[in-house]
Amino acid sequence: MKHFIEKYFSQLLLTAVLLILVIVLSCKTPYFFTWANCYNILDQTSIDIILALGMAFVISSGGIDLSIGSTMAFSGIVMAFAMKAGIPVWGSLAMGLPVGILVGACNGLLITGLNLSPLVITLGFMSIGRGMALILTKSSPIFGFPNTFKFLGSGHIGPINFPILLAAILVVISWVLLNMTKWGYYALALGGNDEAVRRAGVSVWQYRTSIYIFCGLLAAIAGMITIARLNSADPLAGWMVETDAIAAVVLGGASLNGGKGSIAGTVLACLVLGTLDNGLILLAIPSYYQKLLCGIVIILALVFTELRNRKESISVS
Amino acid sequence: MAEAEKKLFLQVRNLKKSYGHVEALRGVDLDVYTGEILAVVGDNGAGKSTLIKSLAGALVPDSGKIIVEGQTYEQLNPRQALDLGISTVYQDLSLVNCRDIATNVFLGREPLKYRLFIDKKKMVQDSIALFNQLKIHIPSIHALVGRLSGGQRQGVAVARAIKFGGKLLIFDEPTAAMGIQETAATLSLIKSLGKQGYAVIIISHNLHQVFSLAQRICIIRQGLVVDTVSTADITPNQVVSMITGAAQVPS
Repeated sequence: MKHFIEKYFSQLLLTAVLLILVIVLSCKTPYFFTWANCYNILDQTSIDIILALGMAFVISSGGIDLSIGSTMAFSGIVMAFAMKAGIPVWGSLAMGLPVGILVGACNGLLITGLNLSPLVITLGFMSIGRGMALILTKSSPIFGFPNTFKFLGSGHIGPINFPILLAAILVVISWVLLNMTKWGYYALALGGNDEAVRRAGVSVWQYRTSIYIFCGLLAAIAGMITIARLNSADPLAGWMVETDAIAAVVLGGASLNGGKGSIAGTVLACLVLGTLDNGLILLAIPSYYQKLLCGIVIILALVFTELRNRKESISVS
Repeated sequence: MAEAEKKLFLQVRNLKKSYGHVEALRGVDLDVYTGEILAVVGDNGAGKSTLIKSLAGALVPDSGKIIVEGQTYEQLNPRQALDLGISTVYQDLSLVNCRDIATNVFLGREPLKYRLFIDKKKMVQDSIALFNQLKIHIPSIHALVGRLSGGQRQGVAVARAIKFGGKLLIFDEPTAAMGIQETAATLSLIKSLGKQGYAVIIISHNLHQVFSLAQRICIIRQGLVVDTVSTADITPNQVVSMITGAAQVPS
């Protein structure tokens, strides 16, 4: 039992926080605990979850990716241009999604090939991606897409919509990847001791690069959902989403030093942040207080998690 | 077989490696035979670890040759070295502290089921059997390596090298952090490996250990091999004076 609590501390804590949030908000406002609102939270959070999944692998492997927000916008705009040029939806996706793969590959190859800091490289691509998005659109959004494309943002499949379904599928895939495949094992091992992984005969650069590619691809998928939902490709889409994604991954029990990461924890953290956001809106707390409170919650949680990690890392990292 | 057949497994010829202005290896020659334990001794900074890291493929030498079973290599990478049958217990152990014991034992060689998923169950079972066999006591096979004592951590690194054996096993200070019982078990294990026909290289500062284990001793000083001699033909005191440079090659 003690072992269980220790192992799943972050996940259990987040579940408790989520339950408390739900109970408090349900008491405070009758609008909170309704299907429509819960659905709304899931719908809003689905994009955050997709982004955070990619970030979870990157952070587990000891890296960081600041470029996901601009990759979202950049790849979305490529899709939008393709559709505006009369290319069918599948063709546009086949042009937009590889943008994420390309950015991820550039990130990964520069970081591994020249042994450069992921913080600096991905910061560079954050600017490049945003710059490309603004240049291509001359800074004004592109809107009006075919219905088949809009389905990807808000189309229903049974009781839920496509983004929620896609996020759920990606969560399952990510969980399996991290916990049951060599790819996930090596991601965590790279974060712990990449020299040990190299000496074990594993091609470190291939695994590390593929992790950034995965993260970039998920960012492009998030971009696709965003523009399909809004029926508009905004060059400023995904502004600062990387901070939310990083916060969710670390709240979920990962260490920024690498070597630790949890898919369940990351998803729970996204839900906590999403619920908090939603609750503050329902309680009619002005948006600037929302920002303030969210920031405080994130910092408190990060400090708490990091202190816990440090206490452990005396022996563990 | 009391005396396993000795066969030349690996040769090192004129191996050189510099770190900036520091010449760690200045032209090392070495012959390694199967069925024999070769001890490499030398003072700190003599180049022992650089030498074995070159053999393990963890380090790229500047020049020289590594000849494995007749095949000549300018350099090796870790994958090649492993495939040629060279397993290494590094001085820093090369473990991932934030992962559990079984994951570390199988790092880089995880068994798969359905060709896709890691067979964790097999990893755990095999690891338990391995640790029982080696008499290495660990709190739990699921424990994180970072939570183990120094001796237990060395045990994990040794277990990994034994598990994937190959033909040449290299031990860089394998018992430095171990307790008395663990040391005895590890040493008798290394001894039996030599008898089983493996080629073994052991680096140690403990000359008592070296003399009880090895058939030959290679003494390295300032990046050069002073001499390689049979343990029967030399005394510990002579070895010490060769390590420190007080004496040159005995007649």
